[in-house]
Amino acid sequence: MKKFSSLLHNLILTPSRNTKIKLLQDYFKTLDINRAYALAILSDQLSFQFIKASKLRELVYEQVDQHLFDYSYDYVGDLAETISLIWPTNKEGKSQNLSTLIENINKIKKSEINTEFSKVLSGLSNNERWTLIKICTGGLRIGVSERLVKTALADLYNKSVNEIEEIWHGLEFPYENLFQWLRNETSKPKIDFKKLFHPMMLANPIDEEKDFKRLNASEFQAEFKWDGIRVQLMVSSKSVSLYSRTGDNISSAFPEIVENTKGDAVIDGELLVGRNFKPSGFNDLQQRLNRKKASKDLQEKFPVFIRAYDILFYKGKDLRKLFLYERRKYLEKFQKENKTNQIDLSLIIKFKTWKELTKYKNNVHDDLNEGVMIKLKNSEYLPGRKKGYWYKWKKNPKLVDAILMYAQRGHGKRSSYYSDFTFGVWKENELVPIGKAYSGYTDKELLVLDKFIRNNTTNKFGPVREVKKEIILEVAFDDVFPSSRHKSGVAMRFPRIHRIRWDKPTNEVLSIEEFKKEFKIG
Amino acid sequence: MDFINHQLFIKDINVHIDPILPKKTAIITHGHADHARFGHDHVIATRQTIDIMKIRYGDKCAKKFTPLRYGQKYSIKNYDFTLYPAGHILGSAQVLIEKNNHRLVITGDYKVGKDETCKNFKLVKCDTLITEATFGLPIFQHPDPKDEIQKLIRSVKINKNNCHIVGAYALGKAQRVMNLLRQQNYNETIYIHGSLEKLCQYYSKEKINIGKFEKVSSKVKSFYEGKIIIAPPSALKDRWSRRFPNPIICMASGWMTVKQRAKQQGIELPLVISDHSDWNELLDTIKKSKAKNILITHGQEDALVYYCKKQNLVSKPLSIQGRSDEEIE
Repeated sequence: MKKFSSLLHNLILTPSRNTKIKLLQDYFKTLDINRAYALAILSDQLSFQFIKASKLRELVYEQVDQHLFDYSYDYVGDLAETISLIWPTNKEGKSQNLSTLIENINKIKKSEINTEFSKVLSGLSNNERWTLIKICTGGLRIGVSERLVKTALADLYNKSVNEIEEIWHGLEFPYENLFQWLRNETSKPKIDFKKLFHPMMLANPIDEEKDFKRLNASEFQAEFKWDGIRVQLMVSSKSVSLYSRTGDNISSAFPEIVENTKGDAVIDGELLVGRNFKPSGFNDLQQRLNRKKASKDLQEKFPVFIRAYDILFYKGKDLRKLFLYERRKYLEKFQKENKTNQIDLSLIIKFKTWKELTKYKNNVHDDLNEGVMIKLKNSEYLPGRKKGYWYKWKKNPKLVDAILMYAQRGHGKRSSYYSDFTFGVWKENELVPIGKAYSGYTDKELLVLDKFIRNNTTNKFGPVREVKKEIILEVAFDDVFPSSRHKSGVAMRFPRIHRIRWDKPTNEVLSIEEFKKEFKIG
Repeated sequence: MDFINHQLFIKDINVHIDPILPKKTAIITHGHADHARFGHDHVIATRQTIDIMKIRYGDKCAKKFTPLRYGQKYSIKNYDFTLYPAGHILGSAQVLIEKNNHRLVITGDYKVGKDETCKNFKLVKCDTLITEATFGLPIFQHPDPKDEIQKLIRSVKINKNNCHIVGAYALGKAQRVMNLLRQQNYNETIYIHGSLEKLCQYYSKEKINIGKFEKVSSKVKSFYEGKIIIAPPSALKDRWSRRFPNPIICMASGWMTVKQRAKQQGIELPLVISDHSDWNELLDTIKKSKAKNILITHGQEDALVYYCKKQNLVSKPLSIQGRSDEEIE
């Protein structure tokens, strides 16, 4: 565990990509089971059933005063690091292997978690404790992507990273077949591709100035970009399963899809809520997200369907090397053969010039799509965000000027900076908060805002600082909905700081009534 | 303690402690720039603090200087002032103010741990304690500085083709790092940024063991392979640091406890070496001082105020203008 925790420590502090690769390779050179655990952890595939963030908080409150912990967490901005530093240490035990430690933790009975896991934490050094908690909470955030881990492995054994990518989702802990193949001891692992989640093809944002001059409109097709969640549907005579963009199996949350789809194919599409293929907005979809199961009532109230964009397999045939326009024919064929209320096709927009496409992109009357997708007709289905094939062109965001009211310290790379901002508009002579944003600003703007907040705090509520009402933020957001949970009666979707309006006096900011009127909220 | 206000000003006799703006009479706890400023009429401080002020701001940085030995009493009307070692940097002092049998101590910046570069902290019992709280959160539990400096020595041994640039405040921290290296038998010449030279020379003159040092000069790049260079933190990001071969950026500071902070600042080798008290030392000092009234300045006051109140001590934060948290060391 010492060795693995110092690997993570070095990875987080090393800015250089090459050094990171070298550090990873040095670790992967060890030929024992530890590297399999390391690979599982670095690709976020290992977790403990009973120990999640909430359990860890419970344990730390048994050790230290809750207020003192909360002050510290606010300051550090990272749960794993706060717990590892604040945990009372006096009896660092014998150092254990990464594998032994994990296997021992897996043996702990649920009823004994509190005492036994606390003992484990007490027996570790600061850095090991930090590592273990990171493993428990998942999402390491140490500046190492899954891709970088694969690259390190590929380079170490002279393979191509795409070969690893291809079989990746079919591999399982302890990855024996992978390592044997890497060392040229066996041939490439055989994977049943039909059962496998296939990494999705993603789009890059278009650069209006550069790209439209460069790209020939006739080589591209356009579709609306729907505001749901991207899914991959795998359907065969034996089973139907649904995967999220990250490869999580989400079938059980959407039983109506599983029960009603037929055929033999792998489909790429957008999951949306609505009746008769009329999407009803992200707010409704949210009622169906982050649930393991869906009750009959919920299915009735918020029915889902898939708007199909693409097809990867048809009757066992791999179509990914075909071009998009060829795949589209298969998709239409599949749709005709297997008509259901759960799948319709994404419409192809007819246009001749980029200028003509603009009016579809900005289609202000239809708030349900986010803009358009622009796809090269001659594009194979390539995993990841490859440049030059698919582009997304988002609608211009909605904008509103609001007054900075409160600020809080951020997390992760923005920890210590006051980077979470609550802003509001007028309600008679007072301000009422309409949203909270923690992105969109430049690094320079963040420094200015952070300094303003430190020097102009008028009140503190725990970690939250109230500030002088002087700064006007131009806030960009995708949408706004009525909400009974907020004092203002509105909830914004994806608000971010567009810029700071130094030029505008605070009395020119809208009132909440004017705001609702402008964005048509009843 | 009604006689002193939240700016550490005693109106009755027109005396300030560590004032930011030029004043008539200023008692200075130590030579760091957020405490010692240019332009007072009369400065009262330890001899070493006065020397340091003259090195940094010139001989005429105040009209009059009164050096005090540790433990020597100095009276103005019915106020008695005594300086005691604060263990922060060379010459640093706590200020004891006695008036009508009330004892008030202003700790200034202090650390309890051992340090060969200055006189070590002396606990002074009092009725009112004005303590700093730079590291006033329970996550700050400073490790043994010897272990931290060993990390640097080990890294130098392993990475023979790199040079190590250690960010350290020019006054105090830089010399402490040098002294710690010597304690661990690192006997090579240590290379320093030009802005450290006069202060290092002064420490040497005061018989602090910082060993052999030399100002960085324009030698061939490869000369600095395997060497340790000490520079103020501001120089780390500067063009200055680009003249060195494959530098590994290190930083000696209590803030380095938090990995995310180290990462934000682009520090590859954080060394948790602090000249301030950590959480346990702050609590211990509060307890042993026997003070019933605790005022807290500089830094993370909230958690410490909360803790004191739980111990049934009267406590509140003092917000001294011109000093925001996290800019001090």
